Amino acid sequence: MNPHRRSPWVVAASILVYFFLYAPIVILILYSFNASKTNIKFEGFITEYSDRVQMQGSAVVASPCGPFHWYCDLTKNSNVMGATKNTLTIAVVATIVATIIGTMAALALQRYDFKIKPFSQLALYIPIVIPEIVMGIGILSLFSQAFGWINDAFHLTGNARLALGIGTVTVSHIAFMIPFVTLVVQARLQGFDKSFEEAAMDLGANEWITFWRVTFPTILPGILSGALLAFTLSLDDFVITFFTNGPGSTTLPIYVYGLLRRIISPQVNALSTVWILIVFTAVMILQWIQSRESKTVKA
Amino acid sequence: MSSEFAVELRDVVKKFITPEGNELSAVDHVTMQIKNGEFFSMLGSSGCGKTTSLRMIAGFEWPTEGEVFIEGQPMGHIPPFQRKVNTVFQSYALFQHMTVAQNIGFGLEMEGVEKSEIKKRVGRALEMVQLTGMERRQPKQLSGGQQQRVAVARALVKTPSVLLLDEPLGALDLKLRKEMQLELKALQQQLGITFIYVTHDQEEALTMSDRIAVMSKGKVQQLATPVEIYERPTNKFVADFIGESNFLEGVIKEISKDEATVYVPVLNAELKGMPMSPDFVNGEEVAVSMRPEKIRIVEREADGDTLFKAKVLNSVYIGSDTHVYVDMQGARLKVMEQNRISRLDPSSFYSKEQMITLLFMPENTLILKKG
Amino acid sequence: MLKRLRESKSMQGTFLALPTTLWMFVLLIIPLILTLIVSFGKRSPDGNVIYTFSFDNYARLIGISHTCADGSATCFDPLYINILWRSLTLAFNTTVVVILMAYPLSYFIARAKPAQRNIYLFMVLIPLWTNFVIRVYAWMMLLRKEGAINIIIGWVASLLHLPFTPLEMLYTPGAVLVGMVYEFLPFMILPIYTSLEKIDGSLYEAAADLGANAVRTFLRVTLPLSMPGVVAGTILVFVPVMGTFVVSDLLGGKQVILVGNLIQRQFLDARDPAFGSAASLILMVMTLIVTYFYTRKFGFGEEIVAA
Repeated sequence: MNPHRRSPWVVAASILVYFFLYAPIVILILYSFNASKTNIKFEGFITEYSDRVQMQGSAVVASPCGPFHWYCDLTKNSNVMGATKNTLTIAVVATIVATIIGTMAALALQRYDFKIKPFSQLALYIPIVIPEIVMGIGILSLFSQAFGWINDAFHLTGNARLALGIGTVTVSHIAFMIPFVTLVVQARLQGFDKSFEEAAMDLGANEWITFWRVTFPTILPGILSGALLAFTLSLDDFVITFFTNGPGSTTLPIYVYGLLRRIISPQVNALSTVWILIVFTAVMILQWIQSRESKTVKA
Repeated sequence: MSSEFAVELRDVVKKFITPEGNELSAVDHVTMQIKNGEFFSMLGSSGCGKTTSLRMIAGFEWPTEGEVFIEGQPMGHIPPFQRKVNTVFQSYALFQHMTVAQNIGFGLEMEGVEKSEIKKRVGRALEMVQLTGMERRQPKQLSGGQQQRVAVARALVKTPSVLLLDEPLGALDLKLRKEMQLELKALQQQLGITFIYVTHDQEEALTMSDRIAVMSKGKVQQLATPVEIYERPTNKFVADFIGESNFLEGVIKEISKDEATVYVPVLNAELKGMPMSPDFVNGEEVAVSMRPEKIRIVEREADGDTLFKAKVLNSVYIGSDTHVYVDMQGARLKVMEQNRISRLDPSSFYSKEQMITLLFMPENTLILKKG
Repeated sequence: MLKRLRESKSMQGTFLALPTTLWMFVLLIIPLILTLIVSFGKRSPDGNVIYTFSFDNYARLIGISHTCADGSATCFDPLYINILWRSLTLAFNTTVVVILMAYPLSYFIARAKPAQRNIYLFMVLIPLWTNFVIRVYAWMMLLRKEGAINIIIGWVASLLHLPFTPLEMLYTPGAVLVGMVYEFLPFMILPIYTSLEKIDGSLYEAAADLGANAVRTFLRVTLPLSMPGVVAGTILVFVPVMGTFVVSDLLGGKQVILVGNLIQRQFLDARDPAFGSAASLILMVMTLIVTYFYTRKFGFGEEIVAA
């Protein structure tokens, strides 16, 4: 019996599911070249656009970027650039912090017994089984209460007043990322043979050297995939960001959501396409690094 | 600081808490002294405490009670990286992200040895285990036997005063294992380093060791040379665990010096001149132990003195020997006979229900404590 | 001090787990407690919270209304109960549809040649890397009256010379269901794949050897062994669907109000955080009850990590 033999029904169903997954993406990309400014109908590929000329109606001008008009337009949009910067700043900072302390927690939970262990485990389990909005509004309540209290208590005024912003979003992202980092690293640690560490210590390495020379290189792929997961979760997050952002900390998802409720320009499609390409490239590079690493280890 | 003993365990206890919350003594008041330069084995089935004892010497575990001494120094809570012993692991524990040379050089690097010196000593260590030229290989690229040699080289390159080996040949196939046994023994004699060897394989322990500690349920059952362990087991457990033994119940009738006369009810006979240790008393109920290969089948009439009648229950041909299972008035015994003559005729083998005569030589039997 | 830390495993563990535990305590446990406290409060005229201890918000949620059409003091208003029920049924329906779609694909990937598996899995993940909001937007473009689906159907209809009026698909419950399925499908595929992939191929051979046909092998061997994956996937799908408000907001318009929308509005437009907090706690309790009984019945393993 060939284990790779598959029923035609399974193959057909799988093709349909892939079609379901990709059709919206294809349409999304196609519409980023739309000639229609309102982007409701597809009116062919854009070659020219109407440029508003100094309060005197508009003139039709050939697009200097060809069909990539909306992409060019995007780079001139300071809102998009600002939101991109915010999104990346938050994702990078939150990923670094969450990966470090999440990995520490994974080591603790996997290797040690300590008094607060059941509590730590529970706190890491809850975010997985409750909807994000519950956490989001809870954090919002906390910040508004705590900030109000601190601002009043210390008579803070103007810029010194604590308010929602990039800091609150980052701190909240870290909170929802940690459980995922911990889970991924813990899974990696489960398969880790402790005798490697004992061998290092036996050969004269103390705990610190043992960790960095033996444990860390071995669980690094797990830490990297945990970090990658955390990073994509942060880029993707809408709900927590929605409740914890403030003026000046708009991220791309929040910005796009704002646009969708009003007019929809093919700019949004161009933005999405660029987004997909960037994330795709980033993940490909990471995958490549990881596979190269595992090859040198396994070879 | 040197001492008469390379390693000494003094009344060591190690307790663990099982996942169910019960306390378990993995090592239960163990005392043993391992001499400088000897090949010492700890032998027992899994869970007997041999590996835990070894891990306490290495420093991976700390005794709950008692003390471990290395070269006369109490070890207390000294961590593994400050002990002058090195370990060869059952799984080898070769670092997968390092080359063979990096693995072997790791311990020297930790000591702060210069790079050029490390290179030299790694080369010498590889030569010692016959793996010259394998420096740049990855552990995964090596065969099981080669990985085992790298693990030995990695531990020995540190020139430890004691080398600990935790079932190092367990993962190898039989033939390679036998080769490696002799190689390790030769290496130990050549280097003159104390080897402490943990194994569950009695043949391995008998082959290699100067002395063996037979362990069971966290206790040392007997600590002696291979010959003494086999020929003069001190209790029923050792007699049964090392090799095979037949046990018959008996009562001591008479004691003279280090010999005794024992009445054995199933034979309805008194066996005279049996070797005995001094801690037995007249009238004591004992177990009489006889090795299957030391009972002989003879073509003579039973005399009730050293010759007894038995009925063959089954006879199994295993090539070098024939195992004959017999019934003697309700007592079942196993007898081993070497096949010294080449033969094919089925009638020349023992058949079921056949009556035969067994010869018990008193000097080939042993008196052991009952139970 | 250092010596004590080296010798005390419990201290090392506490030290390692402390940052995470503190973080989760401040940003998860305290917020949940605060939500509970706020949920007993009242709305102040300026949209803040007056801290009292009243169950009014919970009473409102289960249908006890004080603003009655007939002028009486209290009456039954099923508005919020309907919203809760709608969320629950939508989450249930989404989960069922997602399982039905994810299973064949997961099976397909798990039985593919090892070298191809990663590529197929990768193909499942790529749509996930577009943004959550953008994925919903893509469906707006597809489902709209002038959208791609209507264009294609219209084109087919014109080929067959059939009359065609564009279908109204956007802003319907169906659109919300499709959007939810699309958003969370990969979260079901990954865990099911993980548990299917773990099944030893010799089990299929053993089943065949013992006389089971393909259908019975599937029902008696494959399905039971993949249950941990299905359970993990269900949690990863059911829980977020219960709380999501973006999908229903953009694809359902004002037609499909879910608990998520209700809560969101209390914190933004309606400015009644107390009522929003109560709704949020009800939502949390509902999901906890469902996941508790579900996992107690089937249990779930490490598959939850897969996604």
